Amino acid sequence: MSGYPGYDPKSGFEKWLDARLPIVRLGYDTFIFPTPRNLNYWWTFGGILAVLLMSQIISGIILAMHYVPHVSMAYDSVQHINRDVNFGWLLQPLHANGASMMFLAVYIHMFRGIYYGSYKSPREVLWIVGVVIYLLMMATGFMGYVLPWGQMSFWGATVITNLFSAIPLVGDAITGWLWGGFSVDNPTLNRFFSLHFVLPFAILGMVILHVWALHVPGNNNPTGVSVKNVDKDTLPFHPYYTVKDGFAIIVFLMVLSAFVFFAPDALNHPDNYIRANPVVTPAHIVPEWYYLPFYAMLRAVPDKLGGVIVMFGAIGLLFALPWLDTSKVRSMRYRRLAKLFFMIFVLACLGLGWAGAKAPTDLVFAAGTDTATGDPSGFNFLWMARILTLYYYAFFLVILPLLGLIEKPEARPDSIEKSVLESNAGEA
Amino acid sequence: MRLFTLTATLIAAAGLCLGTGPATASEGGELKASHFSFEGVYGTYDKAAAQRGFQVYQEACSFCHSMSLVAIRNLGDPGAPFYDEEHPNPNESPVIKAIAAMFTVTDGPDIEGDMFERPARPSDYFPAPFANDQAARASNGGALPPDFSMLVRARAHGPQYIYSLLTSYADEAPEGVEIRDGMNYNPAFKGGMIGMPPPLFEEQVEYSDGTHASVEQMAHDVVTFMAWAADPKMEVRKRMGWMVMIYLLIFALLMYGSYKAVWRDVEH
Amino acid sequence: MAETVSTSAQDPSRRDFIYIATGAAGAAGAALFAWPLVDQMNPAADTKALSTTEVDLSDISEGQQIIAKWQGKPVFIRHRTQGEIDAARGVDASGLKDPQSDEDRLVPNQDGKYEPKYLIMLASCTHLGCVPLGDGAGDYEGWFCPCHGSHYDTAGRIRKGPAPKNLFLPPYQYLSDTLIKIG
Repeated sequence: MSGYPGYDPKSGFEKWLDARLPIVRLGYDTFIFPTPRNLNYWWTFGGILAVLLMSQIISGIILAMHYVPHVSMAYDSVQHINRDVNFGWLLQPLHANGASMMFLAVYIHMFRGIYYGSYKSPREVLWIVGVVIYLLMMATGFMGYVLPWGQMSFWGATVITNLFSAIPLVGDAITGWLWGGFSVDNPTLNRFFSLHFVLPFAILGMVILHVWALHVPGNNNPTGVSVKNVDKDTLPFHPYYTVKDGFAIIVFLMVLSAFVFFAPDALNHPDNYIRANPVVTPAHIVPEWYYLPFYAMLRAVPDKLGGVIVMFGAIGLLFALPWLDTSKVRSMRYRRLAKLFFMIFVLACLGLGWAGAKAPTDLVFAAGTDTATGDPSGFNFLWMARILTLYYYAFFLVILPLLGLIEKPEARPDSIEKSVLESNAGEA
Repeated sequence: MRLFTLTATLIAAAGLCLGTGPATASEGGELKASHFSFEGVYGTYDKAAAQRGFQVYQEACSFCHSMSLVAIRNLGDPGAPFYDEEHPNPNESPVIKAIAAMFTVTDGPDIEGDMFERPARPSDYFPAPFANDQAARASNGGALPPDFSMLVRARAHGPQYIYSLLTSYADEAPEGVEIRDGMNYNPAFKGGMIGMPPPLFEEQVEYSDGTHASVEQMAHDVVTFMAWAADPKMEVRKRMGWMVMIYLLIFALLMYGSYKAVWRDVEH
Repeated sequence: MAETVSTSAQDPSRRDFIYIATGAAGAAGAALFAWPLVDQMNPAADTKALSTTEVDLSDISEGQQIIAKWQGKPVFIRHRTQGEIDAARGVDASGLKDPQSDEDRLVPNQDGKYEPKYLIMLASCTHLGCVPLGDGAGDYEGWFCPCHGSHYDTAGRIRKGPAPKNLFLPPYQYLSDTLIKIG
């Protein structure tokens, strides 16, 4: 989307360079880009994610200088980083908590995309590239968690790789191929290190595609109304959104810093400070918090293959989302029913996360006593996970397709400019 | 208003992360309420308690429990129990040299290819009481005494848990709890049956600073020492954390000012 | 569009100030954060703690040379014969490329006396860092560097070839008559 006069090289050198390598023009077109003037703070998480990705890549390259991917030394080398390497005590928790914060930011980014219909035409490819980034992040995060070679690293790797054994016929061949052995062992650790190192660069490449795909149709906005008049509806990204994103990034960095400096273990599981031991399984194997909703779905299904399908299907649905939602109206701001179901969807995802952290037999609330054993009985997390998994699927497969056909949306503003002026008049 | 919603969401989300993290930690035994100097965002290690805790470790724990990730020199690092401002390099601190002299370590091979014993140096790591895990198990009725280096962080509510474990031993198990031969009753331990015999008893060590060595006092001190061993950079980290937070706050205010200035003439 | 900002009516100088202050704060923060990223490549605490090595000289018999390792680098420790000592002392040091007497190549022991038997040098040719051959190699029966043909005498002084300096001495001290601490 263009509309502003492009880069105009002034000096002789600028003209000379622009004719040979138009790199200044590229930067200009990227940052002096027409951006809807009504973007709210939910739109700052893209910039936050870009900063976090760079932070992860830089701290990761540094950690790789000190980390040893060998089963006999991996745990000790992470300890060495924290105890002996200059500022290692800062860089290792920064990397570990940075990963958590990246998932926090990406979830908010995705919920924002769903709420404001940012996946709808003409932004389907933009959305799909985003889902691919999310998948790559999941793979990277999982393999990174294996590297410290603590108990949760080892058993998490064992459980997740064993998911593939559910695949009929070729399952066992696939797990053996993933492990490079008969169980999770040194070859597994080595290849996970290699992949954990390289995948972030694949993410970076996909992010470039994501930004490219964004710059073709331009940003969506809270009204979902397309830009009609570039001069009236938009502002150049720089300086307007660089300062706004900049402010949000700093605030987010404060959240990250609070974890890194004051609660570095808050998001970690204590068992991962115990060396990996292939003959002792922890009482509860729990993944990192950002996988918990999917973990709950996996356990909600009593069948091994079924659980795996439901879990991966939950992510697969995201790819189809642009075509599942039949509503012509982008933003849920003007769709009262959709807004309600979206809120329930967010709560369902949080509830699934909660269920994933608990043992399936734990009770959400007690309602009486089991007559046979005398133990308290009631509504347990297994059933909560089942109901919420059902809602998760229904949201994509039933609610969004039907709602677009039956719901009567409220009146939308004619243009972005009008919506801005109206809301300001309303506040005054 | 919208900014408020967003901030509230962020805080709630961060809280949720926190909430789900240690959620699985609640199982296990009964914890006693206990408080330590290193808790909270201002917390530091009580150096006197950590020094006493080192004595407890030496005299009561180190015969079974290794601490393989901690070097003797670490005791004299900034934030450590025996840090000496006059000797910021622990390798030259007389206190650290004196502690090192208490240990012998195996080194080698020498020119003949034999291993030999020599007095420890500050750069040496705490020698382990057993040659390997198998030997440790064989000497302890099949139970493996865990390494102390990361123990506080490797247990949910680590400080409270270890304090409770050390102070909750009881001679008689309550009705219905069966204790096998060679095992001990301890309600703080998951299942109530633990292989480790009561490690602390009244006046077991003699504190040079005159503190009364009750079981509770020794437990408190050794937990302080173990917390330092597991997180030796905590004080440095928190101190820098405050500087970073103050910097980010100032930077955020400036950036907000820039934001307001840039957007001043634009209706949005 | 950027012009809209600076040409606006409202007190442009105060606005410029907040931009400059913001930019300066960002630059200062980035510079401060760069230091940990650089410093992490410096020797870690455990490496620095191992910066000294102790060697027992009594294990080395006359005419024998051992290579000790100090800070990851090889160190020659030679128990010289009387003939080697005499050869080294019989040279007029002032005529050498890097003039040093034999005593300049030694360190006094804890009694303040020189022990010419033990010669301790970094095993690194001062030309380009190869490890010279020992045990009487070269034209001066000391050390010879095969990389580019530098000849050292029995005191490790450069006598012939491209090397500019005598073999360097590591910092060391005698803890007893036969125990030294390098570093």
